[in-house]
Amino acid sequence: MDAKDILGLPKTPFSSSQEKKSRPPKEPQRKPDGVSREVYALTGGVGMAPLMPTVEASHLKRRPAAEKEKVAWQWLPFTSSARTDNLQLYHWVRVVNGVPPTGDYQFAKYNKKVDVHKYTDEEYEKYLIDPAWSREETDQLFELCERFDLRFIVVADRFPTSRSVEDLKSRYYSVSRSLLIHRARSFDDVSGNPLVKDSYDAAHETERKRALSALLSQTKQQEKKDAETLAEAKRIMESRAASKTVDEAGMPSSSDNAMVPVDGVSPLSSTHPPLTHPNTAANSSIPNSLRTLRVYLRTHALDQMVQAASASAGLRVIKRVDQTLQDLGVNLKPKVPTKAVCIEHLELRNEILTLLNLQKQLQNKEAEVSANRESSFTEAPSTPKRSNRDIDRPFVPDTVGFTGERAGKRDHKRKNTGRFIDAPPSPPQSKRPRKLKGSD
Amino acid sequence: MDVSKNKKLKDVEISFPIVYGTISFWLGKKASEYNSHKWTVYVRSANNEDLSVIVKRVVFQLHPSFQNPTRVVEQPPFELSESGWGEFEIAITLYFHSDVCEKRLDLFHQLKLYPEEEAGPQSTKKPVVVETYDEIVFPEPTEAFFQRVQNHPAANVPRLPPGITLPPPGSMEIEKKRGDTKDHPLSQWFSNFSEADELLKLAAARQQVQAHIAKLRRQLTMIEGMPQQSKALSGPGQQFGHI
Repeated sequence: MDAKDILGLPKTPFSSSQEKKSRPPKEPQRKPDGVSREVYALTGGVGMAPLMPTVEASHLKRRPAAEKEKVAWQWLPFTSSARTDNLQLYHWVRVVNGVPPTGDYQFAKYNKKVDVHKYTDEEYEKYLIDPAWSREETDQLFELCERFDLRFIVVADRFPTSRSVEDLKSRYYSVSRSLLIHRARSFDDVSGNPLVKDSYDAAHETERKRALSALLSQTKQQEKKDAETLAEAKRIMESRAASKTVDEAGMPSSSDNAMVPVDGVSPLSSTHPPLTHPNTAANSSIPNSLRTLRVYLRTHALDQMVQAASASAGLRVIKRVDQTLQDLGVNLKPKVPTKAVCIEHLELRNEILTLLNLQKQLQNKEAEVSANRESSFTEAPSTPKRSNRDIDRPFVPDTVGFTGERAGKRDHKRKNTGRFIDAPPSPPQSKRPRKLKGSD
Repeated sequence: MDVSKNKKLKDVEISFPIVYGTISFWLGKKASEYNSHKWTVYVRSANNEDLSVIVKRVVFQLHPSFQNPTRVVEQPPFELSESGWGEFEIAITLYFHSDVCEKRLDLFHQLKLYPEEEAGPQSTKKPVVVETYDEIVFPEPTEAFFQRVQNHPAANVPRLPPGITLPPPGSMEIEKKRGDTKDHPLSQWFSNFSEADELLKLAAARQQVQAHIAKLRRQLTMIEGMPQQSKALSGPGQQFGHI
């Protein structure tokens, strides 16, 4: 049975070879004009644009009404106001209805000239003398500035004596500035001029460029180290702030209770011996949503209490609690959920939360200690990382497993075996098609 | 009924440990295509006492392909036997006597006919048993209900909180009809649910965790006890490095 049977086509043994023979001669004929051989080979003629327009022309936006204008392109001479030599050049121009465009050359407006100040001898003697600069150098500078339109990089390149770009800029701007100020009738007239308003600060510019180049030439390792240092600093600040608030809250700072109740786990459950009053303990922790019910299952109550207890913890922490339970060989959901079992189960979960918290705290403290040590530079900073890594290791119980099977494994097994979950069972009377039986 | 008897008892809960599940037998040679297994679904008291003290009726909702898929059982034992070839989820609804609770309670059980692969091949001798233990909890029961069931073997009844006294149960009629499942024909297959085992396991786990917590606390104290300077100078980082 193959596709031909399904389609009801005749099944002849030679059909495939016939097809092969008949195809090659067809191809060159069918290749339409205007399609390159390579494109045709790639698309096989299938992906070609359709012959009929797929969009009705009437649905498209109308072309602008200028249908009637006659457009021609002509090779015409032009002049540019940007030129002073009256050079005659030609270019192609779009001529509409036989009328060539008039006016200046359209790019002439980009020929901007900087208005470089000129100073007289008198002005120079009076205002512009600078012991670091001679008259000749200053003249040269202004000449080059005019010639290269204040492109100081180029100016510095052409400058006969070796002077830095900042040096050149500083001289140019200070000269222009004092010229402006002294030529003006009053200072107020020019106070709005950018040259007057913002004086050039060569030292600042030098420093800015140095810092920028330092930043850009930084290596990846340096960047990483900087980020680490900043993160470390932030963490230390946070932990200091946290311990401060704890101190303010009047928490006993004795060693045993010094832990910060992160994640809402009170240290109470772990510092006290296991509670031996199941009645009071359970009733007080039953969520309000259950209290109003007239009847409920113990497992539902446990589920809700587990949820309530871990409400403030993150998803990752909750997963770690479950993982720890499995490592301890404890069922995630008790198999015999009596009241006492549920209470113990909850206590265990709370203790694991406390444990995870302590691990985190210790880890942070260790990091803090090593950070402090590193910052004091009294010791090689190679040792402290080691201890962090050890603490990072998740809690693994010393002995795993008791008599019971592992909860996780059991759940897994159940999932695997739901062979007939979707298949409806059949009452003995009914007749069913045979193919449903295939899974047996 | 006396009005005072409808008073609710605060901070008291009555619970009934139950077990629900299925036991299914492979029919072996007698198995036909659509009739490979004979199974029984049931709700029983965990200690096989009579549940009819609280349960009025149980409704088993079978797969819609069964004839009359909603089966109502009004008398103990609350069970139902059927035969078929497919596994599906059975919804079990418990209705209680009016003095117990007006609300109903839903349980769900996945019917299992085929054994786990590691349990070996199917056999007509050994059924596939899946049971779930749970407890039906009635918070704040009425005094009347409390009095009626406080001596019933199927119930877990707490001692009353101090300050509340109820007259001793009168000459309550011990029901003659046997609704328990102690002599149930399938009772040899009932699972054992041991609270003690579970508690033991939990206690051992808690001990481990607590020991670990104490250890971590000591380490934290050591770090905190050290002044900054000496830390920097002596560098005792390694000594609390291993847990």
